[in-house]
Amino acid sequence: MESINYREEKKHPAAVHGKYRSASNSPYRKLTGWFKKKKKGTEASRHARRAYKNLPQVSFSMTVLVLTLIFLFLPLIVITVFSFNSGKALVWNSFSLEWYYKLFFHSERLWHSFINSLIVAFVSAFIAVVMGTFAALGVQWYRFRGRAYIQTVSLLPMVLPEVVIGMSMLIFFSALNIPLGFFTIISAHITFCLPFVFLLVLARLEEFDFSIIEASRDLGATEGQTLFKVILPAIFPAILSGFLMAVTLSLEDFVITFFVSGPGTTTLPLYVFSMVRYGISPVINALSFVMILGTMFIAFMLRNLLKGIAASS
Amino acid sequence: MKRKEVRSLFYSFPMGAWFTVFFVVPLLIIASYSFMKKGLYGGVVFERSFYAYVQLWSADYGILFFRTLWISVLVTFLCIVIALPAGYAIARSKHQLFFLFLIVIPFWTNSLIRINAWIAILGNQGFLNSLFKRLHLITHSLPLLYSRTSVILVLLYMSLPYAIFPIFSAIDKFDFSLLEAARDLGAGKTQSIMVILLPNIRAGIITAIIFTFIPVFGSYTVPLLVGGKGSYMLGNLIVDQVTKIRNWPLASAFSVLITAFSTMCVIWMMYISIKQEKKQKRKG
Repeated sequence: MESINYREEKKHPAAVHGKYRSASNSPYRKLTGWFKKKKKGTEASRHARRAYKNLPQVSFSMTVLVLTLIFLFLPLIVITVFSFNSGKALVWNSFSLEWYYKLFFHSERLWHSFINSLIVAFVSAFIAVVMGTFAALGVQWYRFRGRAYIQTVSLLPMVLPEVVIGMSMLIFFSALNIPLGFFTIISAHITFCLPFVFLLVLARLEEFDFSIIEASRDLGATEGQTLFKVILPAIFPAILSGFLMAVTLSLEDFVITFFVSGPGTTTLPLYVFSMVRYGISPVINALSFVMILGTMFIAFMLRNLLKGIAASS
Repeated sequence: MKRKEVRSLFYSFPMGAWFTVFFVVPLLIIASYSFMKKGLYGGVVFERSFYAYVQLWSADYGILFFRTLWISVLVTFLCIVIALPAGYAIARSKHQLFFLFLIVIPFWTNSLIRINAWIAILGNQGFLNSLFKRLHLITHSLPLLYSRTSVILVLLYMSLPYAIFPIFSAIDKFDFSLLEAARDLGAGKTQSIMVILLPNIRAGIITAIIFTFIPVFGSYTVPLLVGGKGSYMLGNLIVDQVTKIRNWPLASAFSVLITAFSTMCVIWMMYISIKQEKKQKRKG
């Protein structure tokens, strides 16, 4: 009896002070924590939610979800499998990396357009993040004339079809005699990225504790110091995800860029379009897999915001 | 107070100015262009004319409009029918973020890459036809691609995530104890979902409808790349009128129509969500 007690006592403190006692520290928890969500709602609703979650998982809705996921992934899987196929036919021949070799060593124009895309994406995402963050700060913390206008007008570019936005910008630039090129592409990309950055930062600011700012002002910080030393670091995750989101959207866009690009400013989607439209080379399959991997990487970086993105899209 | 207003301008002014110059002004320009005469070699002649709006009423454009409308309504309907159970399953799952992650991957992959993948699957020498031939089910390739069915299929593929996300977040906020109460009070499974769940997530469903319907209504690349002659849509018409035929007033008139329609949808959506918020506040 004594010995058991002794063992238990001995085990207990070790477990409490052990390396992985704190839940967020253990490697397993880190792994699963990547896809965990915070608990929300009242106790009753939490219990109900848990009860519903503990129901058997094979249900009608789960079946639909699994079928939907198969439908969504089928094309991606097919294209990935055939990117490793030798020969051009869509019948399995043998494993080969020839299309990857061609993609990485014999596609100068493709990589050139990719560099164009990167320049456009990073420049426009940077400008969109700066403007969107400041606008969100202003809208969240101040009441001023034109506030409703800004809120409405920042929602519309998300909803209007791309064809209309692209066409109106093309006509706008040609009415002002602005030559089509990097400037027009970047300003168009800023326009359609801004709403997303603005909404992401605004959502973060809404749960921001205002007393922190009051504390910093009480301790004698100027408004500028408060902004750069307190507010911006606190909302930095939202700013970073806004930036990544803007980069993703910019790299993805075809229709608007199609309207406002000039000769010599081919972006990657424009190049892919010409590949799809005029004769398909399996190099595009290899490129597809590389781009799917890139998307997975970005989605993984933004995993904790997926719920927020789902709510705002 | 006055000082505060000046300072707030410094924060929000750049974005407000940006949207005014690069979004509102271009829309105003096309609105005014739609009331002008077509130039001989593209562009416009600065003369007032309602001809573009008269042209809208021709039979060809009418057929095109109703075809686009029909495809958009069908795709939206299918999306909602699939997204409701799928969103419900995600919201109820223990692995929400994992499922969202899975849905976001095809959603964020370049749309042309996805269209190309469908061409590879459905084409005459594509994956499905090759597979069927291997299995000796068919001797000649089935014309799966370049039809209205393929356009609808690929549009459905493209817009499913748009429908799943808002429906998921609406169901996720839904208080499941209500559903339990309904079941305790003797409602059947279907009945409790129809009477309790669906009305409570109405705002999410409307958002899903709008975010599916509008992009499909203005779609350009999908009908261009996987469609045939019978699936030319409004988006294709606008692009061709701008870049090939160069009838800017007509293209502008169509854009004005779509813009007005989309704006109405947004106002409707905001109205519904404000109403729901008020209702919830009254309850809470």
